[in-house]
Amino acid sequence: MAIAQAGPPKARVAPWNDPVIRGWFFQLVVIGSVALLAWYLVSNTIENLERQQISTGFGYLGQEAGFEIGDSLIPYSPADTYARAIFVGILNTLRVSVIGIVLATILGTLIGVGRLSPNWLLAKICEWYVEAFRNVPLLLWLFLIYKLISDLFPGPRQAISLLWDTIFLTNRGVYFPVPFAHDVHSWIGVGLLVGIAGAWLIHRWARARQAATGQPFPSIWVGAGVIVGVPVLVWLMGGAPTAFSVPALKGFNFQGGIVIQPEFTALLVGLVVYTSAFVAEIVRSGILALHKGQSEAAYSLGLSRAQAMRLVLLPQALRVIVPPMTSQYLNITKNSSLAIAIGYPDLVASINVTINQTGQAIENVLIIMAAYLSVSLTISLFMNWYNRQIALKER
Amino acid sequence: MSQATEAGQVAPARLPPTVDTGAIAWLRKNLFSSVGNSLTTIVLAGLLVWLAVWFIDWALLKATFQAESGQACVGTGGACWALINDKLRLIFFGSFPYEEQWRPLLAILAMIAMLVLSCDRRMWNWRLAIVWAIGSFVTFLLMFGQIHIPVTLIFVVALLAGAGGYLLRRATAPDMERIAWIVLMALGALYLVLRVAGVIRGAAIPVAPFEYVETGLWGGLPVTMILATYGLAAAFPYGILLALGRRSNLPLIRALCVGFIELIRGVPLISLLIMASFLLPLFLPPGVSFDKFLRAQVAVILFAGAYIAEVVRGGLQSLPKGQFEAADAMGLNYAQKTAFIVLPQALRVVIPPLINTFIGFFKDTTLVLVIGIFDFLNTANAALVDPKWAGFPGEVYLFAAFVYFCFCYSMSRYSKYLERELNKGTQR
Repeated sequence: MAIAQAGPPKARVAPWNDPVIRGWFFQLVVIGSVALLAWYLVSNTIENLERQQISTGFGYLGQEAGFEIGDSLIPYSPADTYARAIFVGILNTLRVSVIGIVLATILGTLIGVGRLSPNWLLAKICEWYVEAFRNVPLLLWLFLIYKLISDLFPGPRQAISLLWDTIFLTNRGVYFPVPFAHDVHSWIGVGLLVGIAGAWLIHRWARARQAATGQPFPSIWVGAGVIVGVPVLVWLMGGAPTAFSVPALKGFNFQGGIVIQPEFTALLVGLVVYTSAFVAEIVRSGILALHKGQSEAAYSLGLSRAQAMRLVLLPQALRVIVPPMTSQYLNITKNSSLAIAIGYPDLVASINVTINQTGQAIENVLIIMAAYLSVSLTISLFMNWYNRQIALKER
Repeated sequence: MSQATEAGQVAPARLPPTVDTGAIAWLRKNLFSSVGNSLTTIVLAGLLVWLAVWFIDWALLKATFQAESGQACVGTGGACWALINDKLRLIFFGSFPYEEQWRPLLAILAMIAMLVLSCDRRMWNWRLAIVWAIGSFVTFLLMFGQIHIPVTLIFVVALLAGAGGYLLRRATAPDMERIAWIVLMALGALYLVLRVAGVIRGAAIPVAPFEYVETGLWGGLPVTMILATYGLAAAFPYGILLALGRRSNLPLIRALCVGFIELIRGVPLISLLIMASFLLPLFLPPGVSFDKFLRAQVAVILFAGAYIAEVVRGGLQSLPKGQFEAADAMGLNYAQKTAFIVLPQALRVVIPPLINTFIGFFKDTTLVLVIGIFDFLNTANAALVDPKWAGFPGEVYLFAAFVYFCFCYSMSRYSKYLERELNKGTQR
């Protein structure tokens, strides 16, 4: 009798039945067909480019752009390069996205909490707000708001003035007064940073003291006072300059002050009202996802509705809210590209003009993709970091 | 009832409890439960009444419903619905030949009927394929007017259907059905071999009852509906493939799918549309040109696939591991495991979020106007251009918003209803 060999017998498998070999075979087939398709497209493209005599490479970025941009955060003129024009577009995209994200979060949270209000009327109004804005395309809201601004607001000569002729509403934009440039302004900025740091330290100290002694400390009010107080103090010490550049009607338009363009206003308002409807739903479902016992326990401890919301419900709901909220923030950034339809000069608008002038579609599309992907990646990284901060700390 | 406390002492009778049913109790509980609440109610109700009075005054009492031109509406202080009345056919059908506009109207109705039938859960089997085949054929026949079906296409479909049916059913089907699949496959293969060898000439079956209308003339609601419906329908199978690829344990395929999905989801649809209009002509061999409508449709399909893949991935992840292991233990191969065990369970979970994706794409098709296609929003814009009716954009946009709202709201109600229905088994 033969003695059985130690260890499991080696299975003899035909190569076409071996999962590892089969796996590699399929992968090579798929990668091969993708590569073949890519080669086909690239060879067509090269042929087409040669035939149409379109140059390649990023050399055009250094050439003169030659087109106007109506709204810019940095000095720009048509004599500047394409690179600078595209950079102006990126800055405009970032400006409307960042402000939009902040406002949509605030408005959306208010409406989401409002939908859970014990007041039936308030809850119903918030519900209809959500349904109305969610079920109509954003682009339609943008057109409607933009047309309303240019139709309802008068021209500069009949401008609506607010606050004793300092703010003017016209169909060419909203004019605000700004202080004249002064040396103290940069120090006020430093003071603001110091105030924020101070408020954060006070908040930490108050929490540590409450944990140790149980004594509460109104750190929110004191913190807000410090944040406002320090810059005001710096301003007073700097001689309290009060000179303002007030907009005034000269000829056909206003001079002085700063202006917020109607395109920017329409895009921002549209993005905020549309996205806030989605944010409201996320906030509401985040709060509803909590067990009922959480709010009951908070009320039975004697917390008020606002306290229960702030101390017990929202911190827990945040764990459910943050991941879908991240994708809404990404949506705002991507939806800001609808700017092109109402003439706000964002990244896509700059690139579109550049493609039309230079014909170099591939390079410009690469720039768009790189820009949006890096913005999206930055937002995702930040939100993932925040998500880890608020996640349940488990052993 | 009175209570005896001490010997001989009777506690005073209490007041009866306040009403807690009926209209008054409801008002007290939901609108006037506290001072703050009552104030909120009064302020909001006042605002609402003021708004409603203003709106009724503007939209109904002072509105103009019939007029020759916008001049009649100036100075009335009311809405100019006469503009909608005059431009209704332009808004709904764009520049489709005026005499033939009954065709897009019937096409819209055919598509709505197709979508409504697809909502019925009793249709979720082979009947769905028939409904979509007939519905799509009728829609495109009405829109184009003439369709030439290549014979080769019919046999390619026969080959694919035969091969698919045989692979999936060979172990379980009765002999007759198995033979039928093989015959179907063989017929398709035979024709293709003969066609490639040059024995049979290529031919097309013409179905041409109406005048031909090219896609450049299409416009309005049919364009919006076709872009959204067929964009998503075409993206659905390929989104599933992407999701399966992303969950696959073959590293190269996974990397390919992850890269594609994240790349597409990271950029806005507008940039893809611009890309499709500038780059597709460059990618194709010289002389081959691509219809503008088809370019937009390709961009929408590419975009939708990546989003569908993420939704389907959610469903795949919700399946317990035991399901995969049980399928492996039964000796099913990958195709059988996916078709019979994984997808039926995973797709059931993701139907409601898929409908929400569809609503999103129904709204996102409006973006095609940046590359000059006349969808419903763009034909509404076109109605504003006429100098005879200048100055009433609000009415047109409100009307368009109302139409979009009707579509999206009914779909979102259906998705909510379906979510409840499908969860009946797991929730009490």
